[in-house]
Amino acid sequence: MIQYIIRRLLAAIPTLLVISFVIFAILDLAPSDPTGNLPMTVPSEVREKIRTSLGLDQPMHIRYYKWLVQFVVNEPLNILQHSFGVTVGDAENRTRILSWATRSPVIDLIVERTPQTLWVVGLSFLFGILIAIPIGIVQAYRQYSLFDQIGTFVAMLGFSVPTFFTGVVAIIVFSVQLKWFPMIYDTTLEITSWNNFVLQVKQMIMPVTVLAFYQASQLSRFMRAAILDNLNLDYVRTARSKGRSESAVLMIHVLRNSLIPIVTLIALGIPTIFGGAIITEQIFRVNGLGQLLIIAIEGADIPTVQTLTFLFAILIVLFNLIADVLYGMLDPRIRYD
Amino acid sequence: MLSNPDSDVVLSVTDVVTQFDTADGRVHAVNGVSFDVREGELLGVVGESGCGKTVTMMSLVKLLPMPPGKIVGGSALFDGQDLIQADSDALKKIRGGKIGFIFQDPMTSLNPVLTVGYQLTEALRLHKNSSKSAARKRAVELLELVGIPMAKDRLDDYPHQFSGGMRQRVMIAIALSCDPKLLIADEPTTALDVTIQAQILDLIQILRKELGMAIIWVTHDLGVVANLADRVMVMYSGFIVERADVEKLYSTPKHPYTHALLRTLPQMEGERAQRLESIEGQPPDQLLQPESCPFSPRCVYSFERCTRENPFLEFVSEGHEVACWWDLENDRPREVS
Repeated sequence: MIQYIIRRLLAAIPTLLVISFVIFAILDLAPSDPTGNLPMTVPSEVREKIRTSLGLDQPMHIRYYKWLVQFVVNEPLNILQHSFGVTVGDAENRTRILSWATRSPVIDLIVERTPQTLWVVGLSFLFGILIAIPIGIVQAYRQYSLFDQIGTFVAMLGFSVPTFFTGVVAIIVFSVQLKWFPMIYDTTLEITSWNNFVLQVKQMIMPVTVLAFYQASQLSRFMRAAILDNLNLDYVRTARSKGRSESAVLMIHVLRNSLIPIVTLIALGIPTIFGGAIITEQIFRVNGLGQLLIIAIEGADIPTVQTLTFLFAILIVLFNLIADVLYGMLDPRIRYD
Repeated sequence: MLSNPDSDVVLSVTDVVTQFDTADGRVHAVNGVSFDVREGELLGVVGESGCGKTVTMMSLVKLLPMPPGKIVGGSALFDGQDLIQADSDALKKIRGGKIGFIFQDPMTSLNPVLTVGYQLTEALRLHKNSSKSAARKRAVELLELVGIPMAKDRLDDYPHQFSGGMRQRVMIAIALSCDPKLLIADEPTTALDVTIQAQILDLIQILRKELGMAIIWVTHDLGVVANLADRVMVMYSGFIVERADVEKLYSTPKHPYTHALLRTLPQMEGERAQRLESIEGQPPDQLLQPESCPFSPRCVYSFERCTRENPFLEFVSEGHEVACWWDLENDRPREVS
C-alpha cells in the first residue's frame, strides 16, 4: 500500500509539471495585458517600463522557469521559515511569486482567503453529504414511494436550477424582503462574542444553504442509484435468509457496497471546495478563493491565476490518489500491486 | 394432498398460491402447491426454468420481492406455526435459524466486502446468541465440516479469495451454521462445473447422514436428483404434475411431461447417444389463469378433456401421484370420477 502511494506520488510529478507548463503556456498565449486597466493617458513608454518591471520582456521559457523555481523552491522554503523558524539558504534575497495587481505575494493572498472558502463552501459540501446520504438510502429502499417521488422532484430542481439563480432568489426573499440575513458576507467579522458568532452564522446561512442544496441534489441521486444497484443482488437475499433484520441488511450489507462509488465521488469533489464556488462566492460577496481567481483573471494578474490554477491541479491529482486509496480500503477486491 | 398427520413431517405446505403483479398483468407463478417434507428426507423439486419451483420455496419464508410478489393463499406448517401467516419477526427467527438456505450462484451470493468469517458467524450470533469467540470457533468447525482446508486461516479472507466451489461450500456452511431442521437448496450446483458439482453432491450426501436434517433440493437437473433424492416432485407452470418415490418416478413416469423430460437426458448407448430429444413448444403464458391442463398444448397425448379441465394431483398407485387425464401405462384416458 505505502509502496503504491509512493509510486503514485512519484508518477504525479511529471503529470504536474506538464500541467503547470500547459497552464503557463495558455495564459501566455492569451492576449491579455497587465497594463490594460491603466488610464489611456499613460504613455506607451511607461507601459513598456511597467511590463519590463514585471519581467515580461524576457522570453517565455525563462519566465516559466522563474515561476516554477519560485513555486516549488522559494515558497515552500518561505513557509518553512515562517511556520517552523527553519531558515534554509539566502532567505533575504529569495524572490516570491508576486501578484501583478497588488504586488503582494500570491501565497499570502491565498492564505488570507482560504478560511472564508473553507467555511462557506466546505461546510456546504459537508452538509450536502450529510443530507444526501440518508435521503438517498431511504429513497432507494422505498423506491417509487411518495418520499422517493418528492425527493426525486426536489433533486431535479436542485441541480437543474443554477446556484446563481437560487442565490439571487434567496437574497431577494430573505435579505431584501424578510431582512433575516445580511446580503453581503463580512470577512472582517471576528468571533469574539456570542453576538458576533450569531452574526457569523447568519451571514453564512444563505450561501451555505444554496450550495448544500445543489450538492445534496446531485449526491442523493448517486446514493439512491448506488443503493438500488445493490438492493436486488443475491448477497442481499443471502443476508435476509440468515434472519437478518431489514435495517441490518441495509446498513451492514448494502451500505458498505453502495458507499464505494460514493466515497470516490466525495473525495474527487473535495478539490472543488478549494476552487471555491466561484459564482456563489461572487453573488454573496464571500471574498474566498473563487472570487480571488475571478478578480485576478479580470485584472490580467497572471501570476495569481497561474498559481491558483496550479494549486487546484495539485489538489485534484492528490485527491484522485486519495480516492483510489479509499476505494481499495472499502473494496477488498482491489489490490495494490 | 392435505397435511400429513404423521408426526415426522417437518414442513407441511398446503395450497400455496403466489402471484406477481407486473406491468403486463398478473403472473400466476405458483398455483396451489401442496407437499410435505419428512424428517431426514431429501425431496427433489424438478422443473424447467420459470416453472415456479424457486418461487414456491421462497414464498414459504417470504424471501420474494414483495411487491411485486404476493402470496395469495395457502399455509405452510413448520415447527408449530404457519409460515405464510407469520409476521416478519417470527420469520426472522426461522430464517437461518431453523431453515437454512443455499442459493444458485455462489459467486454473487456472498457479500464481496465482508469477510467469510463475518458472514459465517452472522446467523450464529443472531440465533444462538453466541459470543464472538464462540461463533468463530464454531465457524472453523463448520468450514472443516464442509471440507475447506486451513479453515482457521481462511476466516478473515474475503469471498473473492475463494473459488466457486469453495464459495458454495461456504454457503453450505452458512446454511448449516445453526443446525437447521430443514435445508432449502435452490439449484445449488447449477452454476458449478461438473467435477465441482460432483464434489458438492458428495458433500451433501455425507452431511445428510451426519446431521440428519430434511432437505428440499430444487433443480432442473433430473440426473442430480436421481442420485440424491428420496422423493421427487415435478413442477410445471406453477403446478405439481407428478410426485413419486425416486425409483418409481424414473422407472415408470406417469405424466407425459415427466416422461418427456426423462427422454431429454443424454444416454451412453442407444439412439440418444447421438442426438438429444427436446420437448416441442414453449412453456405456457403464465399471465393467463390456467383453466385447462397447462401442458396440453405441448402434450402428444392431449385429448379433448385436457383442454377443458385442469387435472388435479391424485394417487394412482402406492407412493405415486400424478395430475393427468391420460393413463400413460395403459394408453387410454384415465378412469376417474
